Amino acid sequence: MADPMRIRANNKDGVTEVRVLMSHPMESGVRKDASGALVPAKYITDLDATHNGKTVLKAMFSGAVSQNPFLSFKFKGGAKGEKVAVKWVDNKGESRTDEATIA
Amino acid sequence: MKTRLVISAVLMAAATTGAQAQDAAAAGIAKFREMLADGNPAELFEMKGEELWKQKRGPKNASLEQCDLGLGPGVVQGAFVQLPRYFADTKRVQDLETRLVTCMETLQGFNAEEIARTPFLKGEKETLAALATWIGGLSKDMRFAVPQKHEAEKTMYEVGKRLFFARGGSHDFSCASCHGADNTRIRLQDLPNLTKNPGDGVGFAAWPAYRISNSQMWTMQHRLNDCYRQQRFPEPKWGSDATIALSVYMGVNANGAASIVPALKR
Amino acid sequence: MNKTYMTVWASMALAAVAGCSTGGSGVDYDKLAADVTKASFQDKNIVKVSALTQDENMAACSAANVAGKPLDEAQAKAIEAAALKTIRFPADGKFLGDWKEGEKIAQSGRGMTWSDDAKTVNGGNCYNCHQIDKKEISYGTIGPSLYNYGKLRGVTDPNAEAAKAMVEYTWGKLWNSQAYNACSMMPRAGHKGVMNEQQLKHIMALLLDPKSPVNQ
Repeated sequence: MADPMRIRANNKDGVTEVRVLMSHPMESGVRKDASGALVPAKYITDLDATHNGKTVLKAMFSGAVSQNPFLSFKFKGGAKGEKVAVKWVDNKGESRTDEATIA
Repeated sequence: MKTRLVISAVLMAAATTGAQAQDAAAAGIAKFREMLADGNPAELFEMKGEELWKQKRGPKNASLEQCDLGLGPGVVQGAFVQLPRYFADTKRVQDLETRLVTCMETLQGFNAEEIARTPFLKGEKETLAALATWIGGLSKDMRFAVPQKHEAEKTMYEVGKRLFFARGGSHDFSCASCHGADNTRIRLQDLPNLTKNPGDGVGFAAWPAYRISNSQMWTMQHRLNDCYRQQRFPEPKWGSDATIALSVYMGVNANGAASIVPALKR
Repeated sequence: MNKTYMTVWASMALAAVAGCSTGGSGVDYDKLAADVTKASFQDKNIVKVSALTQDENMAACSAANVAGKPLDEAQAKAIEAAALKTIRFPADGKFLGDWKEGEKIAQSGRGMTWSDDAKTVNGGNCYNCHQIDKKEISYGTIGPSLYNYGKLRGVTDPNAEAAKAMVEYTWGKLWNSQAYNACSMMPRAGHKGVMNEQQLKHIMALLLDPKSPVNQ
């Protein structure tokens, strides 16, 4: 089970800003280790952010995104106390979902 | 980092020659760091560290919640800025990492020598990095107050000072070669003067830090180890008196400066 | 904890008790520091603990730093004179090599660390501390700028008699910087075997060849 994400969500003037820090190695698959062997690809491919069950952001990541990715975005709506959930899935099929309360 | 590198490379390419290019590069680097500061991956280590402090682990299946970091058993807030210090139970001056290992040994039954021998970034050394990050973070913005009351603490300061200036190795480097003057840099990396208080959030006040260039969380022991490597010195043993003496010297010099731990480094 | 630490610690504690009345006066901190150094370092790959044995110069310079005072003049002159004697000019009398190779050597910071091996070609580490070619903006400021080095010193023909003194001084400085500044921070590239004769010739060309970008 992957390590948890750190999610912060703040609402101001009808707009919610979400900041997510994900714990993931994001191996591109083209990097070589000290002995010259290719390090296998393991990176987040899809990300889905929802508010009250409704999708507010969908993203497709590639191996070009660096380790422990940080994502920041805004959406119209949301209110203090409501939940924002973020789910990522990687190329190996592993996934992780975490949620945060809008402050 | 790869996508972020593209942005900073574009910023740098936009500049022209000479001093303009250098200013643009410095500005580009500053902007790059600013962008990264919001979402410091060190926060992931803080979360992990808190978990490891409270979790029952080791042969004794106990948590670290009774660990005394100098302010009493279990007192974590404020402890970071008062280390290294003398501990009566071990009769030695200890830094955060060696003190954590003492607790891991006495409370949880781990083998201290084995942890000392484990390479950085592996096994229980990663545990230490996470714990140090979380504990450091709980003193964020507090001012250093590394004690010099006990004779042993004063002695370690004097020993640390001598080690700081000791030139050696194939290149005749000492810590002071890079960290002994104001306003210098190595390549484009600014160097703090560690023979005195270098200011808030600089030098001793900035480790543990997350290093963007290699995506690693580095503690002060790790930083010292790698400094010595670059100085062409042989390896300092992990947790040795040399490493602790240097931390005492730098820490006491930094007294009054605010800690920004966990920091973000290139 | 570890036996090694306890031994050093016990001797430190003893020294502290035996030597001091109040405020630690009488404690031989220099000896303690030497003992701590001995107990704290270990060989790692190509770097041995013996590398820390200081020659007299380095011991004197380190002590001066700790005291916060410059070396006394007589001692400085003696160190410089002894260092001057260690300088070995190129066997074939040719001081300059290829500045293009010199630039590569100046850019490289490799070699002699415990993560290098015996086969690693040592670099000069030059840009870490110095500005050299104006095109390179990633340079350090620990040492003075070397941009226009030859030009500023009036070296239009490095092979001419007029340039001899400057050419020899530059070689000497690279070979053993302490010949001209007792506590120089610059590594003693030739004397300590950091760079070989051929590499030093390339660096000389980078600095003194009128065609080198440094002198444009």
